[in-house]
Amino acid sequence: MSKLVALLCGLVFGLGLAISGMTDPARVQGFLDLAGRWDPTLAFVMGGGLLVNIPAYWLTKTRSQPLFGGRFVLPTRKDIDAPLLVGAASFGIGWGLGGFCPGPAIASLSSGLPQVLLFCAAMLAGMAWRSGKPITSPELP
Amino acid sequence: MDILIQPDAWLRGLIGGMLIGLAAASLLFFNGRIAGISGVLGGLLFNRQAGDTTWRSLFVVGLLLGPIVAAASGLTRPVTMPAGWLLIALAGVLVGYGTRLGNGCTSGHGICGLARFSTRSLVATVTFMAFGFLTVFVLRHVVAA
Repeated sequence: MSKLVALLCGLVFGLGLAISGMTDPARVQGFLDLAGRWDPTLAFVMGGGLLVNIPAYWLTKTRSQPLFGGRFVLPTRKDIDAPLLVGAASFGIGWGLGGFCPGPAIASLSSGLPQVLLFCAAMLAGMAWRSGKPITSPELP
Repeated sequence: MDILIQPDAWLRGLIGGMLIGLAAASLLFFNGRIAGISGVLGGLLFNRQAGDTTWRSLFVVGLLLGPIVAAASGLTRPVTMPAGWLLIALAGVLVGYGTRLGNGCTSGHGICGLARFSTRSLVATVTFMAFGFLTVFVLRHVVAA
């Protein structure tokens, strides 16, 4: 059952990205262009996501474990360190240049555009570079 | 300030965002996992742990299928990529490297971390937003001008 939930959550996530317009880099760059004709759509996407996820998270937190058992795997770190800041800055620059963050990039692969393929390949290379480990499974699932 | 007024796009953004929130909330409620895409990908491809890859694969399969389902329902918009192969490659590397170094992206820090009122996620979100604004400003109003 938990496997079906993982598949469905991915599906709904991808559906949400596509419906929201966030799979279109031009729209994302329109949000990031404060000095131009500003497109506030991304703010509605973040707002909609938090509108659902904030109450859901705090209700979920009252439980001792997930519905399908096991434990909640949540980040525990509280410190603000250099890698967090440098990583977020690097991500922000790439996000501005390409108009893609990881979710929309992967979700847009079905468009078949060579530019999307290039972005995803470069993104995975960047992840591998940071991870410092060889890719044990080279193919995407 | 000049604002692009598109209420239909805002409504789609809100509904799409709520679906993303629902997906993130459900993954935590049922499976106890954070729906941060860079984290899901990192744990699937690079920092693999036994027994921890199947759900990640299935989530990514779903993520790939979502837009296909949306397209079949006539709900998608075209993907408009920026011009320049080198620029796209550079952008991809920066996004991949940065999201792993900073432990998260728009979903992990933005949607999930902010919902948990995490200070690290708030700092990360403000930082990548600020650098995103700055980059597009330089790209469109300094370099292009």
